[in-house]
Amino acid sequence: MVTDASGPGAGAGPRRLPFGLLDSPRLHRPALRSLGLGYLIVLVVLPTAALGYSSLADGPGAFWRHVTRPEALAALRLTFGMALLAALLSAVLGTVAAFAITRLRIPGRALLEALVDLPIAIPTAVGGLMIFAFWGPHGPARGPLDALGIEVLYAKPAILLALLFVCFPFTIRAVQPLVEGIDLAQEEAAATLGASRPQTMRWIVWPSIAPGVAAGSMLSFARALGEFGTVAIVAGNLPMKTQMASVYVYAEVESGRPRSAAAVSLVLVAASVILILASDRYVRRAGGGRRRAAGGGR
Amino acid sequence: MIVTARDILGRRGRAAAASATYLYFLVVLALPIGWLFLEAFGFGPGTLLAKIGSPEALHAFRLTGLVTAIAVVVNAVFGTALAIVLVRHRFPGRALANALVDVPFAVSAVVAGLMMVLLYGPDGVLGAFLDSSGVRVLFALPGIVLATLFVTFPFVVREVAPVLRQAGTEAEEAARTLGARPMTILFRITLPTIRWALGYGVLLTAARSLGEFGAVLLVSGNILGRTQTAPLYVYQAYTDFDLAAAYAVSIVLIAVALAMVVVLEIWKLRRRRIERVRV
Repeated sequence: MVTDASGPGAGAGPRRLPFGLLDSPRLHRPALRSLGLGYLIVLVVLPTAALGYSSLADGPGAFWRHVTRPEALAALRLTFGMALLAALLSAVLGTVAAFAITRLRIPGRALLEALVDLPIAIPTAVGGLMIFAFWGPHGPARGPLDALGIEVLYAKPAILLALLFVCFPFTIRAVQPLVEGIDLAQEEAAATLGASRPQTMRWIVWPSIAPGVAAGSMLSFARALGEFGTVAIVAGNLPMKTQMASVYVYAEVESGRPRSAAAVSLVLVAASVILILASDRYVRRAGGGRRRAAGGGR
Repeated sequence: MIVTARDILGRRGRAAAASATYLYFLVVLALPIGWLFLEAFGFGPGTLLAKIGSPEALHAFRLTGLVTAIAVVVNAVFGTALAIVLVRHRFPGRALANALVDVPFAVSAVVAGLMMVLLYGPDGVLGAFLDSSGVRVLFALPGIVLATLFVTFPFVVREVAPVLRQAGTEAEEAARTLGARPMTILFRITLPTIRWALGYGVLLTAARSLGEFGAVLLVSGNILGRTQTAPLYVYQAYTDFDLAAAYAVSIVLIAVALAMVVVLEIWKLRRRRIERVRV
């Protein structure tokens, strides 16, 4: 019998890697488990518990007061409204784009396909600066917009553009695999049976892609609720007017009121968690589409 | 009239869908990116290079690179370990642990930063303890790293876990009965199985770490030349009306983002080709 007590290298086969204790079958399972779960506890559980504790530590009355301050309410209302609008718009446009890229042979398909993921890789501060560059004082749109009296930068349109930018990939990526998976024979069968185009769309195409549209728009909504970087640059951040909830949270922390910031944060996190859990059902039905990089906002 | 499947939208419908798609990409992505480049080059290459090469900008790039490297390594190791535990081990509370992995997805970056402030700040439980033992977390590198690790937490776990689940344990069990040691199995069977997923997860982690803004803004104190990362530098330059510097650093960050997206696309194509051959 060769025992593990032998010195380093002694009795080691040519394929043995030098990992000592971890290589002992009796020890590696507990070691791996404490490694993985310890990581989860330190990085996720503790910070989340800290937020839950701080937002509720002064009792439900204090939580309610923090959340119902006029500035907080205005920020939450603006955030939920803009996020909903962005989610709906990107659901419609994203579905059309997914269809066009996957199904129609539109020129430049490969380039568009590659561009879809770009908003995930571009830092949000840079995303905000891009919107500033195009719609701002030196941008090409300035003249006509001024003539029409439309404010974009530091107003709601800029917020919407920022949210559309960060939500861009979600619906497209959620719907694409479903468009690919549509059984063309079904469409042709419907057509030969005399179905019109709208009928085929309604009864064949839509049922196959609906779960993806639902999942994509929910993830977009969750992501838009928490968006910070782009919005901090283009929204103007005027309390009661153009201040989004994430910027409000930041301002409260900077003014030394972390408890008030925590209360509003709890509302945002709760809404996002519900959305992501709900989207999970659709993601699963959609055959596990992708959920990476979802939710929250940066 | 026979309508074929390809024809579902009709000629006019196809034209409308195509134009809407081009318009969507143009307004939301292409025009703003293009205009940022135009504006930036308007300052002249000399100015841009000077701004990119300034000590503050270089320090910001170095700090961002360091934080990204740490986040990638930690996530690759611990994220893979957690994925293995979640998929293969049976223990009480596994479903809860599995759900908790997604929490960072639901948390706004600013809220993530706030969590770190609450936990490691002067009034926080851990902050007070660490302060008394002389460890600074907030307004220093550890805080930036912790905030970045929080926001990138799910990427590797969520990419690797499904692949592990699908692969099953047969190959590993066969290796074990043939006398292979756990670490040998890990390096010769498990890691090769998950290498694509791990690559994806690492790439997404890197992208997010490079661009992380809200969380880092709250925990770092944004101290010029000390705790200022590249995205913070962009924001600072923008608020200081130093647009040349903001655009210059942005161009570098966009170039890196483009490179990562290209790698992602290539991997996707190659993986699809491999899968097709296997099928």
